[in-house]
Amino acid sequence: MMNYSSRPPDGPRAPGVPEPPGPQAPPPAPAVRAEALTVVRGPGTVLHDLHFTVPRGRITGLLGPSGCGKSTLMRAVVGTQAKVTGTLDVLGRPAGHPTLRSRIGYVTQAPSVFDDLTVRQNLDYFAAILDPGGRSAAERRHEHVTRAIADVDLTTHADALAGNLSGGQRSRVSLAVALLGAPELLVLDEPTVGLDPVLRRDLWTLFHSIAADRGATLLISSHVMDEAERCHRLLLMREGRILADDTPDSLRTRTDSETVEAAFLHLVDEATAADRTKEHTR
Amino acid sequence: MTPTAPTAGTTPATLRPAPPRALNLSRTTATATRVLRQLGHDPRTIAMMILIPCVMLFLLRYVFDGSPRTFDNIGASLLGIFPLITMFLVTSIATLRERTSGTLERLLAMPLGKGDLIAGYALAFGALAIVQSSLATGLAVWALGLDVTGSPWLLLLVALLDALLGTALGLFVSAFAASEFQAVQFMPAVIFPQLLLCGLFTPRDKMHPVLEAISDALPMSYAVDGMNEVLRHTDMTAAFVRDALVVAGCALLVLALGAATLRRRTA
Repeated sequence: MMNYSSRPPDGPRAPGVPEPPGPQAPPPAPAVRAEALTVVRGPGTVLHDLHFTVPRGRITGLLGPSGCGKSTLMRAVVGTQAKVTGTLDVLGRPAGHPTLRSRIGYVTQAPSVFDDLTVRQNLDYFAAILDPGGRSAAERRHEHVTRAIADVDLTTHADALAGNLSGGQRSRVSLAVALLGAPELLVLDEPTVGLDPVLRRDLWTLFHSIAADRGATLLISSHVMDEAERCHRLLLMREGRILADDTPDSLRTRTDSETVEAAFLHLVDEATAADRTKEHTR
Repeated sequence: MTPTAPTAGTTPATLRPAPPRALNLSRTTATATRVLRQLGHDPRTIAMMILIPCVMLFLLRYVFDGSPRTFDNIGASLLGIFPLITMFLVTSIATLRERTSGTLERLLAMPLGKGDLIAGYALAFGALAIVQSSLATGLAVWALGLDVTGSPWLLLLVALLDALLGTALGLFVSAFAASEFQAVQFMPAVIFPQLLLCGLFTPRDKMHPVLEAISDALPMSYAVDGMNEVLRHTDMTAAFVRDALVVAGCALLVLALGAATLRRRTA
């Protein structure tokens, strides 16, 4: 039994996350590969012709201001977004393929749990959807549910109604659901928003152990730039376009900045300036 | 494409997801259990669902104290109408909440079939309808002296089919409601016209021919006709069988339409 609840006492910290050790080198095929990915929502185009890859077994941070298309990109990867054009391969299949449904864990920005069920009842239900079956499956499910609750540090609240929990606790219930079933790809939309610093650090430690111990791929969005330092790779987004696809280190070096935040602002200024020149020359 | 290399710690205890199929029995029952558990945390709703029909029948019995024949007619019809209305309301709100809370999106991103979800809902509310209808029918027949010629079991059967129809209609209209306010407004929009035209207030053949034709196309008319067949005849008549089949067929049709409103990909 792989147990990622036993957290290393000294988890990866900002700044400068160490790359996973050598034997864990990712296989050549990326977890997510997008080519000319475009998404239309209503009258506007939300994602414009994106090209990027998400490497396996690593934590890729998706960063950018709110409204830049992070959630739409994640929904496209999970396969719940309509009107997606271009190529989007996830774990070797086209995004939204039925066989992917049990291989991807997805946490929406707003916690999607049943408020009128307890934490354990919520997880019991989702576990039964992922791993249906009789007695033998029930024992396995119980074990997985207990572990997922422990992973998000809600053991003492297991029998509380989700609706009675605080906002941060509810979003952790939502995260626990995504951890069920040991998915190969975890897509987490702002999982640490509204959490206190201690909890945020613990969750990032958990994310790192999921990636390191299990070789799972994590795609995590955030608009908090200090979390960027905890990722192996970064996709910086702005207005439906990708500004940069790089490691935090080389991003800082490239832009000659102290922090990822400064690097991001540098790139935004550059892009805005480029936009202006384009408009002037038009 | 090779899957990610399994790491040292992985054991066979990893969840082994079954491939998605049209209808999976354990996923369906898990969904039904979940819906019932949700209601279980809301005892007031359960109490109201079960008690209100009984109180109404009780009231009706003494409103028509002087004319037991009228009570027989209206009481039998109402036994079919109550489950339809309650299940319509409960299902439309429950599925709307599922749509707006994001749990539906999450479930459809998981290996859950649309049929599993809908059958789960139908199963859970069907079970509640059995309790509700049994109590209401029992009270009407044994305590309030509702004079039924046929078998009370047939009354119960029609009540169950009505509950299924209510569940189906509620599930369907929830797709067109953006808020709870809109969802409850579908009740007067969808249920009231049927209530007026189903023959509860005046026999359908005495209505304006146009209205009679419309009432022929509405499922609640057959529910009430079926109840009246049981009221008047000792045996299961051909008309009763037809009425029951029409109600069941409508319920299945609307359930299928409801399934079509569940989209895995949304804008």
